[in-house]
Amino acid sequence: MYAFEFEKPATIADAVAALGGEEAQALGGGQTLIPTLKQRLAQPGTLVSLKGIPEMAGICVADDGALAVGGATTHATVAASTEYPGLAGLASHIGDPAVRNRGTIGGSLANNDPAACYPAAALGSGATIKTNTREIAADDYFQGMFTTALEDGEIITEVRFPVPEVSNYQKFVQPASRFALVGVFVAKYADGVRVAVTGASEDGVFRWSEAEAALSANFAPEAIEGLSVDADGMIGDIHGSKAYRAHLVGVMTKRAVAAAS
Amino acid sequence: MAQVSMTVNGAVKSGEVEGRTLLSTFLREGLGMTGTHVGCDTSQCGACAVHVDGKLVKACTMLAMEADGAEVATIEGQANADGSLNTIQQAFQDHHGLQCGFCTPGMVMSAAALLKENPTPSETEIREHLEGNICRCTGYHNIVKAIMAASGQDVTAIAAE
Ligand SMILES: Cc1cc2nc3c(=O)[nH]c(=O)nc-3n(C[C@H](O)[C@H](O)[C@H](O)COP(=O)(O)OP(=O)(O)OC[C@H]3O[C@@H](n4cnc5c(N)ncnc54)[C@H](O)[C@@H]3O)c2cc1C
Ligand code: FES
Ligand code: FES
Repeated sequence: MYAFEFEKPATIADAVAALGGEEAQALGGGQTLIPTLKQRLAQPGTLVSLKGIPEMAGICVADDGALAVGGATTHATVAASTEYPGLAGLASHIGDPAVRNRGTIGGSLANNDPAACYPAAALGSGATIKTNTREIAADDYFQGMFTTALEDGEIITEVRFPVPEVSNYQKFVQPASRFALVGVFVAKYADGVRVAVTGASEDGVFRWSEAEAALSANFAPEAIEGLSVDADGMIGDIHGSKAYRAHLVGVMTKRAVAAAS
Repeated sequence: MAQVSMTVNGAVKSGEVEGRTLLSTFLREGLGMTGTHVGCDTSQCGACAVHVDGKLVKACTMLAMEADGAEVATIEGQANADGSLNTIQQAFQDHHGLQCGFCTPGMVMSAAALLKENPTPSETEIREHLEGNICRCTGYHNIVKAIMAASGQDVTAIAAE
Protein backbone atom coordinates (compact mmCIF):
# COMPACT_ATOMS: atom_id res chain seq x y z
CA MET A 1 0.00 0.00 0.00
CA TYR A 2 1.07 3.55 -0.67
CA ALA A 3 1.02 5.75 2.42
CA PHE A 4 -2.16 7.64 3.34
CA GLU A 5 -3.63 9.55 6.24
CA PHE A 6 -6.60 8.15 8.18
CA GLU A 7 -9.57 10.10 9.49
CA LYS A 8 -12.67 8.95 11.32
CA PRO A 9 -15.29 11.72 11.46
CA ALA A 10 -18.39 11.39 13.65
CA THR A 11 -20.95 13.14 11.43
CA ILE A 12 -21.94 13.04 7.77
CA ALA A 13 -21.13 16.74 7.47
CA ASP A 14 -17.58 16.23 8.75
CA ALA A 15 -17.12 13.21 6.46
CA VAL A 16 -18.24 15.22 3.44
CA ALA A 17 -15.88 18.04 4.41
CA ALA A 18 -12.98 15.59 4.82
CA LEU A 19 -13.80 14.00 1.45
CA GLY A 20 -13.58 17.42 -0.16
CA GLY A 21 -9.85 17.37 0.57
CA GLU A 22 -7.22 16.53 -2.00
CA GLU A 23 -7.14 12.82 -2.97
CA ALA A 24 -9.49 11.78 -0.18
CA GLN A 25 -11.52 8.57 -0.46
CA ALA A 26 -14.27 7.02 1.66
CA LEU A 27 -13.54 3.83 3.61
CA GLY A 28 -16.52 1.63 4.46
CA GLY A 29 -15.71 -1.83 5.71
CA GLY A 30 -12.52 -1.99 3.67
CA GLN A 31 -13.34 -5.48 2.40
CA THR A 32 -12.86 -4.35 -1.18
CA LEU A 33 -10.81 -1.20 -0.77
CA ILE A 34 -8.05 -2.59 1.48
CA PRO A 35 -7.25 -5.48 -0.92
CA THR A 36 -7.31 -2.92 -3.76
CA LEU A 37 -4.87 -0.65 -1.91
CA LYS A 38 -2.58 -3.61 -1.25
CA GLN A 39 -2.37 -4.14 -4.99
CA ARG A 40 -1.54 -0.46 -5.39
CA LEU A 41 -4.51 -0.02 -7.69
CA ALA A 42 -5.53 3.11 -5.79
CA GLN A 43 -3.51 5.85 -4.16
CA PRO A 44 -5.68 7.99 -1.89
CA GLY A 45 -4.01 10.72 0.17
CA THR A 46 -6.53 10.30 2.97
CA LEU A 47 -8.98 7.55 3.84
CA VAL A 48 -12.11 8.82 5.54
CA SER A 49 -13.71 6.05 7.57
CA LEU A 50 -17.52 6.15 7.62
CA LYS A 51 -17.68 3.69 10.51
CA GLY A 52 -17.76 6.26 13.29
CA ILE A 53 -20.94 8.01 12.11
CA PRO A 54 -23.96 6.91 14.19
CA GLU A 55 -26.49 8.45 11.74
CA MET A 56 -25.19 6.12 9.00
CA ALA A 57 -25.41 2.86 10.92
CA GLY A 58 -28.39 0.65 11.64
CA ILE A 59 -31.79 -0.24 10.29
CA CYS A 60 -35.25 1.20 10.87
CA VAL A 61 -38.69 1.13 9.30
CA ALA A 62 -39.54 4.49 7.72
CA ASP A 63 -42.98 6.17 7.92
CA ASP A 64 -43.95 4.79 4.50
CA GLY A 65 -43.13 1.22 5.59
CA ALA A 66 -39.89 1.06 3.63
CA LEU A 67 -36.83 -0.44 5.29
CA ALA A 68 -34.16 2.23 5.77
CA VAL A 69 -30.65 0.81 6.01
CA GLY A 70 -27.86 3.21 6.98
CA GLY A 71 -25.04 3.40 4.42
CA ALA A 72 -22.43 2.11 6.87
CA THR A 73 -24.55 -0.80 8.12
CA THR A 74 -22.68 -4.09 7.99
CA HIS A 75 -23.83 -7.13 6.05
CA ALA A 76 -24.03 -9.00 9.39
CA THR A 77 -26.50 -6.46 10.81
CA VAL A 78 -28.71 -6.73 7.72
CA ALA A 79 -28.43 -10.55 7.85
CA ALA A 80 -29.73 -10.50 11.43
CA SER A 81 -32.68 -8.22 10.65
CA THR A 82 -36.21 -9.57 10.28
CA GLU A 83 -38.26 -6.89 8.46
CA TYR A 84 -37.30 -7.90 4.92
CA PRO A 85 -36.44 -11.64 4.85
CA GLY A 86 -35.31 -11.68 1.19
CA LEU A 87 -32.79 -8.91 1.88
CA ALA A 88 -31.58 -10.51 5.13
CA GLY A 89 -31.16 -13.84 3.33
CA LEU A 90 -29.07 -12.19 0.62
CA ALA A 91 -26.86 -10.43 3.18
CA SER A 92 -26.33 -13.66 5.12
CA HIS A 93 -24.63 -15.27 2.10
CA ILE A 94 -22.23 -12.48 1.18
CA GLY A 95 -18.63 -13.75 1.48
CA ASP A 96 -17.97 -15.23 4.90
CA PRO A 97 -18.70 -14.23 8.52
CA ALA A 98 -15.60 -12.04 8.89
CA VAL A 99 -16.37 -10.18 5.65
CA ARG A 100 -19.97 -9.69 6.80
CA ASN A 101 -18.81 -8.22 10.11
CA ARG A 102 -16.89 -5.45 8.33
CA GLY A 103 -18.37 -4.95 4.85
CA THR A 104 -21.10 -2.34 4.43
CA ILE A 105 -24.06 -1.87 2.12
CA GLY A 106 -22.82 1.57 1.05
CA GLY A 107 -19.42 0.18 0.11
CA SER A 108 -20.95 -2.65 -1.87
CA LEU A 109 -23.31 -0.38 -3.82
CA ALA A 110 -20.61 2.25 -4.41
CA ASN A 111 -18.25 -0.38 -5.73
CA ASN A 112 -20.92 -2.02 -7.94
CA ASP A 113 -18.90 -5.14 -8.66
CA PRO A 114 -20.64 -6.96 -11.53
CA ALA A 115 -20.83 -10.09 -9.34
CA ALA A 116 -21.86 -8.41 -6.08
CA CYS A 117 -25.09 -9.35 -4.30
CA TYR A 118 -26.52 -6.05 -2.98
CA PRO A 119 -26.93 -4.44 -6.41
CA ALA A 120 -29.45 -7.20 -7.21
CA ALA A 121 -31.45 -6.44 -4.06
CA ALA A 122 -31.39 -2.68 -4.63
CA LEU A 123 -32.45 -2.93 -8.27
CA GLY A 124 -34.85 -5.81 -7.61
CA SER A 125 -36.59 -3.83 -4.86
CA GLY A 126 -36.68 -0.52 -6.69
CA ALA A 127 -34.71 0.90 -3.77
CA THR A 128 -33.79 4.55 -3.33
CA ILE A 129 -30.12 5.33 -2.75
CA LYS A 130 -29.81 8.36 -0.50
CA THR A 131 -26.59 10.32 -0.54
CA ASN A 132 -25.37 13.42 1.26
CA THR A 133 -26.84 15.52 -1.56
CA ARG A 134 -29.76 13.69 -3.19
CA GLU A 135 -31.92 10.60 -3.67
CA ILE A 136 -31.24 8.32 -6.62
CA ALA A 137 -33.66 5.65 -7.85
CA ALA A 138 -31.95 2.26 -8.26
CA ASP A 139 -33.08 2.24 -11.92
CA ASP A 140 -30.89 5.32 -12.52
CA TYR A 141 -28.08 4.44 -10.12
CA PHE A 142 -26.39 1.40 -11.71
CA GLN A 143 -24.55 2.40 -14.88
CA GLY A 144 -22.50 -0.67 -15.81
CA MET A 145 -19.65 -2.63 -14.26
CA PHE A 146 -18.07 -0.71 -11.36
CA THR A 147 -19.92 2.42 -12.54
CA THR A 148 -22.65 4.28 -10.67
CA ALA A 149 -24.38 7.64 -10.64
CA LEU A 150 -22.28 8.74 -7.64
CA GLU A 151 -20.19 11.89 -8.08
CA ASP A 152 -16.71 12.28 -6.62
CA GLY A 153 -16.88 12.66 -2.86
CA GLU A 154 -20.60 11.78 -2.73
CA ILE A 155 -21.43 9.20 -0.06
CA ILE A 156 -24.31 6.79 0.34
CA THR A 157 -25.89 7.64 3.66
CA GLU A 158 -28.94 5.37 3.48
CA VAL A 159 -30.67 2.87 1.23
CA ARG A 160 -34.47 2.64 1.31
CA PHE A 161 -36.07 -0.64 0.33
CA PRO A 162 -39.83 -0.88 -0.27
CA VAL A 163 -40.68 -4.21 1.40
CA PRO A 164 -42.31 -6.67 -1.04
CA GLU A 165 -45.04 -9.24 -0.35
CA VAL A 166 -42.59 -12.05 -1.01
CA SER A 167 -39.02 -12.16 -2.27
CA ASN A 168 -35.97 -14.36 -2.59
CA TYR A 169 -32.36 -14.25 -3.78
CA GLN A 170 -30.73 -17.26 -5.37
CA LYS A 171 -26.97 -17.17 -5.75
CA PHE A 172 -25.00 -19.68 -7.78
CA VAL A 173 -21.71 -19.36 -5.95
CA GLN A 174 -18.42 -19.07 -7.77
CA PRO A 175 -16.59 -21.32 -5.31
CA ALA A 176 -13.19 -19.62 -5.36
CA SER A 177 -14.31 -16.01 -4.86
CA ARG A 178 -17.64 -16.78 -3.15
CA PHE A 179 -19.19 -13.98 -5.20
CA ALA A 180 -22.15 -14.77 -7.48
CA LEU A 181 -21.45 -16.58 -10.73
CA VAL A 182 -25.08 -15.66 -11.32
CA GLY A 183 -27.45 -14.29 -8.70
CA VAL A 184 -31.14 -13.48 -9.19
CA PHE A 185 -33.29 -11.40 -6.86
CA VAL A 186 -37.06 -11.70 -7.29
CA ALA A 187 -39.52 -9.45 -5.45
CA LYS A 188 -43.31 -9.48 -5.75
CA TYR A 189 -45.06 -6.19 -5.01
CA ALA A 190 -48.74 -5.38 -5.17
CA ASP A 191 -48.14 -3.57 -8.47
CA GLY A 192 -45.91 -6.18 -10.11
CA VAL A 193 -42.84 -8.36 -9.91
CA ARG A 194 -39.23 -7.18 -10.23
CA VAL A 195 -36.38 -9.48 -11.29
CA ALA A 196 -32.77 -8.30 -11.01
CA VAL A 197 -29.78 -10.31 -12.20
CA THR A 198 -26.18 -9.96 -11.01
CA GLY A 199 -22.99 -11.77 -12.00
CA ALA A 200 -24.18 -12.47 -15.51
CA SER A 201 -23.99 -9.41 -17.72
CA GLU A 202 -21.04 -7.44 -19.05
CA ASP A 203 -23.14 -4.36 -18.27
CA GLY A 204 -23.42 -5.27 -14.59
CA VAL A 205 -26.70 -5.79 -12.72
CA PHE A 206 -29.82 -5.65 -14.92
CA ARG A 207 -33.59 -6.16 -14.80
CA TRP A 208 -34.97 -9.09 -16.76
CA SER A 209 -38.11 -7.37 -17.98
CA GLU A 210 -39.57 -10.31 -19.92
CA ALA A 211 -39.51 -12.44 -16.79
CA GLU A 212 -40.99 -9.55 -14.79
CA ALA A 213 -43.97 -9.35 -17.16
CA ALA A 214 -44.52 -13.11 -17.15
CA LEU A 215 -44.24 -13.37 -13.37
CA SER A 216 -46.48 -10.35 -12.80
CA ALA A 217 -49.19 -12.25 -14.72
CA ASN A 218 -48.51 -15.58 -13.02
CA PHE A 219 -46.10 -15.78 -10.07
CA ALA A 220 -44.98 -19.38 -10.59
CA PRO A 221 -41.72 -20.97 -11.84
CA GLU A 222 -43.56 -22.32 -14.93
CA ALA A 223 -44.41 -18.77 -15.98
CA ILE A 224 -40.88 -18.23 -17.30
CA GLU A 225 -40.66 -21.58 -19.06
CA GLY A 226 -39.45 -20.88 -22.61
CA LEU A 227 -38.08 -17.41 -21.76
CA SER A 228 -34.34 -16.87 -22.07
CA VAL A 229 -31.82 -14.06 -21.94
CA ASP A 230 -29.55 -13.48 -24.92
CA ALA A 231 -26.10 -15.04 -24.38
CA ASP A 232 -24.58 -12.09 -26.26
CA GLY A 233 -23.57 -9.56 -23.66
CA MET A 234 -23.23 -12.16 -20.90
CA ILE A 235 -19.89 -12.55 -19.15
CA GLY A 236 -17.86 -15.47 -20.47
CA ASP A 237 -14.74 -16.54 -18.56
CA ILE A 238 -12.99 -19.65 -17.20
CA HIS A 239 -15.72 -20.03 -14.59
CA GLY A 240 -18.58 -20.21 -17.07
CA SER A 241 -19.32 -19.47 -20.71
CA LYS A 242 -21.78 -16.84 -21.91
CA ALA A 243 -24.31 -19.55 -22.78
CA TYR A 244 -23.91 -21.18 -19.37
CA ARG A 245 -24.50 -17.90 -17.56
CA ALA A 246 -27.52 -17.15 -19.75
CA HIS A 247 -28.91 -20.57 -18.88
CA LEU A 248 -28.25 -20.03 -15.16
CA VAL A 249 -30.27 -16.81 -15.21
CA GLY A 250 -33.38 -18.82 -16.02
CA VAL A 251 -32.61 -21.57 -13.53
CA MET A 252 -31.87 -19.17 -10.68
CA THR A 253 -34.99 -17.12 -11.44
CA LYS A 254 -37.19 -20.22 -11.22
CA ARG A 255 -35.54 -21.25 -7.97
CA ALA A 256 -36.02 -17.77 -6.52
CA VAL A 257 -39.72 -17.77 -7.44
CA ALA A 258 -40.18 -21.24 -5.97
CA ALA A 259 -38.41 -20.22 -2.74
CA ALA A 260 -39.95 -16.75 -2.39
CA SER A 261 -41.53 -16.11 1.00
CA MET B 1 2.64 8.36 12.36
CA ALA B 2 -0.12 8.34 14.92
CA GLN B 3 -0.69 6.77 18.29
CA VAL B 4 -3.19 3.92 18.65
CA SER B 5 -4.34 2.23 21.79
CA MET B 6 -6.45 -0.89 22.14
CA THR B 7 -7.18 -3.58 24.68
CA VAL B 8 -5.62 -6.82 23.49
CA ASN B 9 -6.63 -9.93 25.41
CA GLY B 10 -7.52 -7.75 28.38
CA ALA B 11 -4.36 -5.62 28.52
CA VAL B 12 -4.12 -2.06 27.19
CA LYS B 13 -1.55 -1.87 24.38
CA SER B 14 -0.49 1.17 22.43
CA GLY B 15 1.97 2.01 19.72
CA GLU B 16 2.85 4.21 16.79
CA VAL B 17 1.33 3.30 13.43
CA GLU B 18 0.99 4.73 9.96
CA GLY B 19 -2.42 5.16 8.33
CA ARG B 20 -1.72 2.12 6.18
CA THR B 21 -0.57 -0.15 9.04
CA LEU B 22 -2.80 -3.23 9.11
CA LEU B 23 -4.15 -4.59 12.38
CA SER B 24 -2.30 -7.85 11.60
CA THR B 25 0.97 -5.92 11.18
CA PHE B 26 0.42 -3.99 14.40
CA LEU B 27 -0.25 -7.18 16.35
CA ARG B 28 2.67 -9.11 14.89
CA GLU B 29 5.34 -6.47 14.42
CA GLY B 30 4.21 -3.73 16.79
CA LEU B 31 3.28 -5.95 19.72
CA GLY B 32 5.30 -9.08 18.87
CA MET B 33 2.15 -11.20 19.03
CA THR B 34 2.86 -13.55 16.15
CA GLY B 35 0.08 -16.02 16.94
CA THR B 36 -2.11 -14.17 14.44
CA HIS B 37 -0.87 -15.62 11.16
CA VAL B 38 -0.81 -13.95 7.77
CA GLY B 39 -1.45 -16.56 5.11
CA CYS B 40 -2.72 -14.89 1.97
CA ASP B 41 -2.80 -11.20 2.90
CA THR B 42 -5.63 -10.94 0.33
CA SER B 43 -8.66 -11.43 2.63
CA GLN B 44 -9.25 -15.01 1.54
CA CYS B 45 -7.76 -17.48 4.03
CA GLY B 46 -8.76 -16.40 7.54
CA ALA B 47 -5.43 -17.34 9.14
CA CYS B 48 -5.37 -13.79 10.53
CA ALA B 49 -8.83 -13.98 12.12
CA VAL B 50 -9.20 -12.15 15.43
CA HIS B 51 -12.12 -10.67 17.34
CA VAL B 52 -12.64 -6.92 17.41
CA ASP B 53 -15.29 -5.80 19.90
CA GLY B 54 -16.47 -9.40 19.97
CA LYS B 55 -16.81 -9.75 16.20
CA LEU B 56 -14.78 -12.07 14.00
CA VAL B 57 -12.69 -10.07 11.49
CA LYS B 58 -9.70 -10.62 9.23
CA ALA B 59 -6.88 -8.63 10.81
CA CYS B 60 -5.17 -8.31 7.41
CA THR B 61 -8.24 -6.47 6.11
CA MET B 62 -8.59 -3.86 8.82
CA LEU B 63 -6.37 -0.90 9.55
CA ALA B 64 -4.77 -0.67 12.99
CA MET B 65 -6.26 2.81 13.32
CA GLU B 66 -9.74 1.40 12.73
CA ALA B 67 -9.20 -0.68 15.87
CA ASP B 68 -8.21 2.33 17.97
CA GLY B 69 -10.02 2.04 21.30
CA ALA B 70 -11.37 -1.43 20.53
CA GLU B 71 -11.28 -4.68 22.47
CA VAL B 72 -9.21 -7.15 20.48
CA ALA B 73 -8.98 -10.87 21.20
CA THR B 74 -6.27 -13.02 19.61
CA ILE B 75 -5.17 -16.63 19.85
CA GLU B 76 -2.66 -15.65 22.58
CA GLY B 77 -5.58 -14.96 24.91
CA GLN B 78 -7.45 -18.20 24.32
CA ALA B 79 -5.73 -20.61 26.71
CA ASN B 80 -7.08 -20.95 30.24
CA ALA B 81 -5.57 -18.79 33.00
CA ASP B 82 -3.34 -21.68 34.14
CA GLY B 83 -1.91 -22.04 30.64
CA SER B 84 -3.82 -25.20 29.77
CA LEU B 85 -5.62 -25.37 26.43
CA ASN B 86 -9.19 -24.09 26.41
CA THR B 87 -12.07 -26.34 25.34
CA ILE B 88 -11.81 -25.50 21.65
CA GLN B 89 -8.02 -25.81 21.53
CA GLN B 90 -8.14 -29.11 23.43
CA ALA B 91 -10.77 -30.45 21.03
CA PHE B 92 -8.54 -29.55 18.07
CA GLN B 93 -5.76 -31.57 19.70
CA ASP B 94 -8.00 -34.49 20.64
CA HIS B 95 -9.59 -34.76 17.21
CA HIS B 96 -6.51 -34.01 15.12
CA GLY B 97 -7.99 -30.76 13.86
CA LEU B 98 -4.59 -29.59 12.67
CA GLN B 99 -1.56 -30.81 10.82
CA CYS B 100 0.93 -28.03 10.08
CA GLY B 101 -1.00 -25.68 12.34
CA PHE B 102 -0.73 -22.62 10.15
CA CYS B 103 -4.47 -22.06 9.79
CA THR B 104 -5.19 -23.09 13.38
CA PRO B 105 -5.14 -19.70 15.13
CA GLY B 106 -7.73 -18.45 12.67
CA MET B 107 -9.75 -21.65 12.92
CA VAL B 108 -9.84 -21.44 16.72
CA MET B 109 -10.85 -17.76 16.67
CA SER B 110 -13.50 -18.50 14.07
CA ALA B 111 -14.81 -21.45 16.08
CA ALA B 112 -14.92 -19.33 19.23
CA ALA B 113 -16.98 -16.68 17.42
CA LEU B 114 -19.39 -19.32 16.16
CA LEU B 115 -19.89 -21.07 19.50
CA LYS B 116 -20.54 -17.75 21.23
CA GLU B 117 -23.48 -17.10 18.88
CA ASN B 118 -24.57 -20.69 18.34
CA PRO B 119 -23.52 -23.01 21.19
CA THR B 120 -24.61 -26.22 19.43
CA PRO B 121 -24.13 -25.73 15.69
CA SER B 122 -24.95 -28.43 13.18
CA GLU B 123 -22.26 -29.82 10.90
CA THR B 124 -23.68 -27.74 8.03
CA GLU B 125 -23.65 -24.58 10.13
CA ILE B 126 -20.02 -25.20 11.08
CA ARG B 127 -18.99 -25.78 7.47
CA GLU B 128 -20.83 -22.61 6.36
CA HIS B 129 -19.26 -20.61 9.16
CA LEU B 130 -15.77 -21.76 8.12
CA GLU B 131 -16.19 -20.50 4.54
CA GLY B 132 -13.60 -17.80 5.16
CA ASN B 133 -11.04 -20.11 6.80
CA ILE B 134 -8.86 -22.10 4.45
CA CYS B 135 -6.84 -25.12 5.54
CA ARG B 136 -4.33 -26.66 3.15
CA CYS B 137 -3.70 -29.80 5.23
CA THR B 138 -6.62 -31.40 6.99
CA GLY B 139 -9.43 -31.52 4.47
CA TYR B 140 -11.56 -29.78 7.17
CA HIS B 141 -13.18 -32.95 8.40
CA ASN B 142 -11.38 -33.11 11.73
CA ILE B 143 -11.71 -29.37 12.21
CA VAL B 144 -15.48 -29.68 11.92
CA LYS B 145 -15.38 -32.67 14.25
CA ALA B 146 -13.28 -30.76 16.79
CA ILE B 147 -15.73 -27.86 16.81
CA MET B 148 -18.66 -30.24 17.22
CA ALA B 149 -16.84 -31.87 20.13
CA ALA B 150 -15.96 -28.51 21.68
CA SER B 151 -19.66 -27.68 21.67
CA GLY B 152 -20.31 -30.81 23.72
CA GLN B 153 -21.98 -32.72 20.90
CA ASP B 154 -21.50 -36.40 20.18
CA VAL B 155 -19.06 -36.84 17.32
CA THR B 156 -18.95 -40.62 17.15
CA ALA B 157 -21.43 -40.48 14.26
CA ILE B 158 -19.04 -38.34 12.21
CA ALA B 159 -16.93 -41.05 10.63
CA ALA B 160 -13.38 -40.26 9.60
CA GLU B 161 -13.43 -39.95 5.85
C1 LIG C 1 -13.46 -12.95 0.73
C2 LIG C 1 -14.50 -11.98 0.25
C3 LIG C 1 -15.70 -12.46 -0.24
C4 LIG C 1 -16.69 -11.59 -0.68
N1 LIG C 1 -17.85 -12.11 -1.16
C5 LIG C 1 -18.82 -11.28 -1.61
C6 LIG C 1 -20.06 -11.78 -2.09
O1 LIG C 1 -20.30 -12.99 -2.11
N2 LIG C 1 -20.98 -10.89 -2.52
C7 LIG C 1 -20.78 -9.55 -2.47
O2 LIG C 1 -21.66 -8.81 -2.85
N3 LIG C 1 -19.63 -9.04 -2.00
C8 LIG C 1 -18.65 -9.87 -1.57
N4 LIG C 1 -17.48 -9.33 -1.08
C9 LIG C 1 -17.31 -7.87 -1.07
C10 LIG C 1 -17.85 -7.29 0.23
O3 LIG C 1 -19.26 -7.38 0.26
C11 LIG C 1 -17.44 -5.84 0.44
O4 LIG C 1 -17.69 -5.58 1.78
C12 LIG C 1 -18.17 -4.80 -0.35
O5 LIG C 1 -18.14 -5.03 -1.72
C13 LIG C 1 -17.53 -3.44 -0.15
O6 LIG C 1 -18.04 -2.88 1.01
P1 LIG C 1 -17.07 -2.23 2.09
O7 LIG C 1 -17.95 -1.57 3.08
O8 LIG C 1 -16.12 -3.22 2.57
O9 LIG C 1 -16.41 -1.07 1.22
P2 LIG C 1 -14.89 -0.59 1.06
O10 LIG C 1 -14.03 -1.71 0.67
O11 LIG C 1 -14.50 0.18 2.26
O12 LIG C 1 -15.08 0.44 -0.15
C14 LIG C 1 -15.40 0.02 -1.45
C15 LIG C 1 -15.60 1.26 -2.33
O13 LIG C 1 -16.77 1.97 -1.95
C16 LIG C 1 -16.47 3.29 -1.51
N5 LIG C 1 -17.38 3.51 -0.38
C17 LIG C 1 -17.42 2.81 0.78
N6 LIG C 1 -18.50 3.19 1.51
C18 LIG C 1 -19.13 4.16 0.79
C19 LIG C 1 -20.31 4.94 1.00
N7 LIG C 1 -21.08 4.81 2.11
N8 LIG C 1 -20.66 5.84 0.05
C20 LIG C 1 -19.92 5.98 -1.08
N9 LIG C 1 -18.81 5.28 -1.34
C21 LIG C 1 -18.42 4.36 -0.41
C22 LIG C 1 -15.01 3.29 -1.20
O14 LIG C 1 -14.44 4.57 -1.38
C23 LIG C 1 -14.47 2.29 -2.21
O15 LIG C 1 -14.31 2.89 -3.45
C24 LIG C 1 -16.48 -10.18 -0.62
C25 LIG C 1 -15.28 -9.69 -0.11
C26 LIG C 1 -14.29 -10.56 0.33
C27 LIG C 1 -13.02 -10.02 0.89
S1 FES D 1 -4.06 -13.43 5.89
FE1 FES D 1 -5.89 -12.39 6.29
S2 FES D 1 -7.34 -13.53 5.22
FE2 FES D 1 -5.48 -14.54 4.70
S1 FES E 1 -3.33 -27.48 9.41
FE1 FES E 1 -2.02 -26.85 7.81
S2 FES E 1 -3.21 -25.29 6.87
FE2 FES E 1 -4.58 -26.13 8.25
